[in-house]
Amino acid sequence: MTTETLIWLIPLPPALAFFLIVLFTNKSKALSHSVGVGAAILSFLGSMVVFFRAVSVEHLGEHPFESSIPWMPTGDTWFNIGVLIDPLGAAVLFFVSITIFMIFLYSVGYHNFGQPAGDHDRKGLPPHGATVEEHGHKHVVPSVEPMYSRFFAFLGLFAFGMYTLVVSDNLLTMFVGWEIMGLCSYLLIGFWYGKPSARAAAIKAFMTTRIGDVFMLLGIGLLYSVAGTLNFREIFGNEELMHTLAVPGATLFGLSLAGLIALLLFIGTVGKSAQWPLHVWLPDAMEGPTPVSAMIHAATMVSAGVHAVIRMFPLLSLDHNTMGVVAFIGTFTAIFAATIAVAQNDIKRVLAYSTISQLGFMIAALGIGAYVAAAFHLITHAFFKALLFLGSGSVIHGMEHGVLHTGNHSVDPQDMFNMGGLRNKMPITFWTFVIGGFALSGFPLITAGFWSKDEILADAWGHGHLVVFLTLALAAFMTAFYTMRQITLTFLGEPRTKEAEHAQETPWTMTVPLMVLSIFAVGYGWVGIPEDFPVLGGLVPNWFHDFVGHTLHEVPEAVEFSWAPLLTSLGVALGGLFLGWFYYRNVNSAKEDFFQIALLKNKYYFDEAYDFVFVKPAIWLSEVFTYQWMDKGAIDGFLHIFGPTTGGIGGFIRNYIDLPVINKFIGDGSADVVQWVGRSLRPIQSGRIQQYMMLSLVVLVVIGGALLYFLLGL
Amino acid sequence: MNFINDNLLLVILFFPALAALVLLFLPADENKLFRWFALGASLVPFILSIGLWIGFDPNAAGYQFEANYPWYEALHSSLHLGVDGLSLTMVMLTTFLTPLAILASFSIKERVKAYMMLFLFLEMGMLGVFMSIDLLIFFVFWEIGLVPMYFLINQWGSANRNYASLKFMIYTMGGSLGLLLAIQMLGVLFQTYDLQEITANWSTYTSANGIMGIPVGTVKTIAFWAFVIAFAVKVPLWPFHTWLPDAHTEAPTAGSMILAGVLLKLGAYGFLRLVLPLYPDEAKYFAGALAFLATAAIVFGAFGSFGQTDFKRLVAYSSVNHMGFVVLGIAAAASAIGTPDATIALNGAILQMFNHGLSAAGMFFLVGVIYERTHTRNLEEFGGLFPLVPVYGGILIFTSMASLGLPGLNGFISEFLVVRGSLPLLPVYTAVSMLGLLMTGAYILKGIKKVLHGPLNEHWAHGEHKLTEINTREILIMAPLMVLILVIGIWPAWILDVINKAVMMLF
Repeated sequence: MTTETLIWLIPLPPALAFFLIVLFTNKSKALSHSVGVGAAILSFLGSMVVFFRAVSVEHLGEHPFESSIPWMPTGDTWFNIGVLIDPLGAAVLFFVSITIFMIFLYSVGYHNFGQPAGDHDRKGLPPHGATVEEHGHKHVVPSVEPMYSRFFAFLGLFAFGMYTLVVSDNLLTMFVGWEIMGLCSYLLIGFWYGKPSARAAAIKAFMTTRIGDVFMLLGIGLLYSVAGTLNFREIFGNEELMHTLAVPGATLFGLSLAGLIALLLFIGTVGKSAQWPLHVWLPDAMEGPTPVSAMIHAATMVSAGVHAVIRMFPLLSLDHNTMGVVAFIGTFTAIFAATIAVAQNDIKRVLAYSTISQLGFMIAALGIGAYVAAAFHLITHAFFKALLFLGSGSVIHGMEHGVLHTGNHSVDPQDMFNMGGLRNKMPITFWTFVIGGFALSGFPLITAGFWSKDEILADAWGHGHLVVFLTLALAAFMTAFYTMRQITLTFLGEPRTKEAEHAQETPWTMTVPLMVLSIFAVGYGWVGIPEDFPVLGGLVPNWFHDFVGHTLHEVPEAVEFSWAPLLTSLGVALGGLFLGWFYYRNVNSAKEDFFQIALLKNKYYFDEAYDFVFVKPAIWLSEVFTYQWMDKGAIDGFLHIFGPTTGGIGGFIRNYIDLPVINKFIGDGSADVVQWVGRSLRPIQSGRIQQYMMLSLVVLVVIGGALLYFLLGL
Repeated sequence: MNFINDNLLLVILFFPALAALVLLFLPADENKLFRWFALGASLVPFILSIGLWIGFDPNAAGYQFEANYPWYEALHSSLHLGVDGLSLTMVMLTTFLTPLAILASFSIKERVKAYMMLFLFLEMGMLGVFMSIDLLIFFVFWEIGLVPMYFLINQWGSANRNYASLKFMIYTMGGSLGLLLAIQMLGVLFQTYDLQEITANWSTYTSANGIMGIPVGTVKTIAFWAFVIAFAVKVPLWPFHTWLPDAHTEAPTAGSMILAGVLLKLGAYGFLRLVLPLYPDEAKYFAGALAFLATAAIVFGAFGSFGQTDFKRLVAYSSVNHMGFVVLGIAAAASAIGTPDATIALNGAILQMFNHGLSAAGMFFLVGVIYERTHTRNLEEFGGLFPLVPVYGGILIFTSMASLGLPGLNGFISEFLVVRGSLPLLPVYTAVSMLGLLMTGAYILKGIKKVLHGPLNEHWAHGEHKLTEINTREILIMAPLMVLILVIGIWPAWILDVINKAVMMLF
C-alpha cells in the first residue's frame, strides 16, 4: 500500500467504530470496547508505519507525502481536499496516535469494565457502586458505567476528528476535524448529562470555543478568497501571493492581509486552546470523565489549537503586529493561569489550569518566532499532561474505592486535602505521576519537559524578548511550585481521611497506559537536545529540530547556547519543586494553606464578569428585546393595526355610507317614497263611481290641455 | 410509456392532483386506505423525479424536459414547463419531502381523506412554481399552494390556529399583490408571459417615452420591489417574518415540515428565478439593502430563537436564521453577478435551500414526535429525557447538529460557501452575520439542554405519562433525511455539481 493511501485510511477506523457502535453493537459492552480499541489500534499501527516511512525520507519537508482529490465545485474550478504528511504532521501524528491508543485502553479500566451493574445507577449519572456478597458479607464495589458503549462511540468520533485535523492538507478539512472534536468535547464533557453542572459545562465549552470558531471561519473565508485555495503548501509555496499578503497596513488596524487572516485564525485557537480571554471553559470541562480530560482537554484537542497556529506560522510570521498579539496572549495566559492553579484544591482543576498555562508557553513561543520550540513543547506536553491526567484519574478512582468502602459520600474524592499518603497505596500511580509532574516542572536533564521548556526560554532570551523571558520564567517557577504542591498533598505525608487509607491501586488497563506514557514523558526530550548544550549536546543529534524545522521553507536556526536561560530554567524548576515540597509537607487542610486567596480561588471572577457582560445581555436581547419588543411589540403591533384599520374602514362604510345612505336613503328611502305615495293616494280609492268619473274627466282635461299646448303649440 | 417520457414534467406535476381526485371517490371512513393511497401517490412523483435527475444533463444550457401546452391564448399565456439545475434541485426536494410528510401524517386521526387530498394538492402547487417558465402560470401555482396550507393549519392545527392561518394567508397574499401587478405589467408590455422572452427583452428594455408616461428606471425599481417584497414575505426576510413562527407553531407536524422544507424555498427560488435575471441592475443597486435585511434575519432570527420557551417556536425561528443565509448569498451575488465570488455565493445559497429543507423538516418532525407523546411543547416541562428515549435523543442531536452547521454535515458546506462568497463582496454584513452563527449554537444547545439533558423530569418516567421511544415509522421518516444530511456533508459534489453548472450558465 502506498503511504498516501495509508494516510487516507488512518482516520477511518475510529469513524467506522463510531457508526458500528451506535448502530449495532451498543447493547454489548465487550463488543463495543473491542470495536473501539481495535479501531484505535488500527489507526495507531497505520500512523506508526506512516511515521517511520516519513522519518526515513530525506528532505521530507520539500517532498512530503501528499495526495488530493477534487471535492467541491466552485465555479470553473474545484476545491480539492487531501492528505499531507510533512515533518510537522509526522511528529504530531506520532504523539496523537500513541496518546489516543493509550486513552482508549485506559477507558476500559476507568469505566469499570467487568464490574457488576450498579444498584441505583442511572444513565447520565456517574456510577455509584454495586453491592456484592462475598464470603457471606456484603460490600460495595465500583460499578460499571451504564453508558459504557456510548463512551467508546464518542471517543471514536473524536479520534476521527483529531486524525482528520492532523492529516489534512488544507484549512477546510482541518476545520472539519476541529469542529467534530468540538462536538465530541461537548458530548463528552456532558457525558454525565444528568448532572446540571456537567450540562452547563458542556454548553459553556461549546459556546466559548464557538466564539473563536466564527472568527476562524471568517479567517478561512478571507484567506480562501484572497489566495483562491486553502491548501497549505499551495499558499506558503506561492511567493508572489505571500508577498501580496505581507503588504503592511493593507487592512484594518494597520495589519497586513496576512496579519488580519492570521489574527482571525488565531482567535479560533484562543478558543480551542483555552487562552485568555476565552480560557473559562477548560476548567469547567473537568466535569467530563477523566479519560476525556486527558485526551481532549490536555493531549489532543487543545493541542490542535496550537497545531493550527504552527501550521499557519508562515502566514503569521509575515506580520509582526499579529506576532506581538500572539506573544502577548500566550505569555499573559501562561502566568495568569499559573497563578490560579496555585489556589485550586481539585486535583483535576490544578491540571486544567496548568494545561492553560503550558499552552500559553507554546503560543508565546510562536509569538516570538520559536517555531521548533513550540512544536517540541506541544509534543512533550501532550505526553506528560496526558500522563498526569490519567494519573489523576487513577488517583480519583483509587479514592472512590475508598469512598465506597467507607460509604461516606460526603468526601470529595477529587479534593487533594482529602488525600495524602497515597504513595504506599498506589505505587505505580505515584511514580508515574512524579515522572509526569517533574516533566511538567521541567526537572533538569532527565525529563522531556525540561528540554522543551528550556528551548522556549532560550529562544526568548536569544531573540531579546526580555519581558516574555522573565514572565515565562516566573510562570515556570510557579508551575514547579504548584506541581510539587499537588504531589505533596496527594501522595506524600500521611492519609488525611479514612477514604485515603482505603484507596487502592487501579487495574492494569489503567496502569499500563501510565507506564507507557511515562517512558515518553522522559525519553521524548532526548530527541531535541540542543547541539551546543554543555556535555550532553552532540551525544545524540538534535533530531527534532532538524526534522521538524524542515517543514518550513527557511529552516529556522537553532538559537545559540547561553548560560542565562539554562541557569534560569534550572533555578525555577528546582526552586519551585523544593519550595512546593517544603511548604506543603506541613499543610494538612485548606485553612492552613496561605495561597487560598479569594481572588485566585475565584479565578479572578472571570465567570461572574462574563455572565454579567455577555450571557445575561444575550438572554435579555433574545427574550425581551428581539422577541417581546421587536417581534411581538413593534412588528406584530404594526401588523395588528391592519386588522382594526380595515375593520374600521369597513365599519365606517357600513355605518356611515351603507346603512344611512344606501340602505336608509336609497334602499329604504325608495320604498318609503313608494309607500308614502301609495298611502297618499289611498283616499281617492273610495269606490264611488261618480268620483272616479269626475277624476277621469279632470285628468283628461289636464292631459288633453297639456298635449294640445305642447304638441300642437297652441 | 411514451406519454410519460414525453410529458414527464406534466405527469409529475399533476399526478398528485389526480390522485387527490381519485381519493375523493374512495369509500368513506377507510383511514388506513387513505393513508397508504396518499403515500403511494406521493411516491410516484418522487420515483419519476429520480428519473428526471438521471435523465438530466447538467452540462446543457437552458431548460430541459421542456413542454408547452396552450392554456390561455387570449392572454398569450401557456402552460410552459421546464427544469434547469436550479429548479430540478427544488423539484427533487419537494417530491422527496412530500412522501415523508405524508408518512409523518399517519398519526392524523380526523378527516383523513380531506387532509391527504389537501396535501397532494399542496404538492402540485409547489411543483408548479418550480416548473413554470410562464409568469402567469407561476403566479397561479404560487397562489394555489396557499389554499391547502391555509386549511391544513386552520383545520388540523393547534390552539391558536385561527389567528395563525389568517395571518399566514393575509400576509402572503398581501405580499403577492404587488407581484401580480408587476407580472401584469410585464405581460402588457411584451404581449407574452413567457419568462425566457421577457428576460431577454426586459433587462435591456429602454423606451424614450417611458412606460405609461413614467420613466423606465422608476418603473423597474417599483416592479423590482414588488417582486422583492412578495418573495421576502415568503422567505421570510426580516422584518416580514412574524407570520412564520405563528404558522409553524400552529400547523400540524407534517404541515410544518413542508412549510419549512419547501414553501419557504419558493421565496428564495423567486429571487433566483425572477429577481436576479429580470432586474440585474436594480438588484445590484439594492444589494446592500437586501444584505441588510438578510443579516437582520440571520441575527434576529437567531436571537429570537434563543429567546423561546416553546420548542416548536424555537425551531421556527431557526428557519428565519437559516434562510437569511440564502438571501445573504443572493444579495452578495447580485452585487457582482458573474464573478467567481458570486458563483460561490449562489452555489452556497441554493445548496443552503436544499439543506435547510432537510434539516428543518427533520427538526419539525422531531418536535412533532415528542409533542404527540407529551402534548406540550414547553421546554420547561421537559428535561433529562435522554435516558427514556435514547434513540430519539441520538436522532435529535444529529439533526440539531445539522441545523447548527456542524462540519461534516450538510449545513456547513452551504453556510461556508455563502460566507466565502459574500465575504469579499459584502464584508461588513458577512462579519455581522457571524453573530447569528454564534447564536445558532446557543439556541440549538438550548433545545438539547432543555429536552434531553439535565435531571430527569420524573413526570415522564412512569405511569400513563411514560414517554415512549420513537417508533419504526418515525425512524423510517428520519432515516432518509439523516442519510442525505450526512452524504451531502461528506460528499457534496454530486448535488453541488448540478447546482454549480446551473449557476454558471444562468448568471
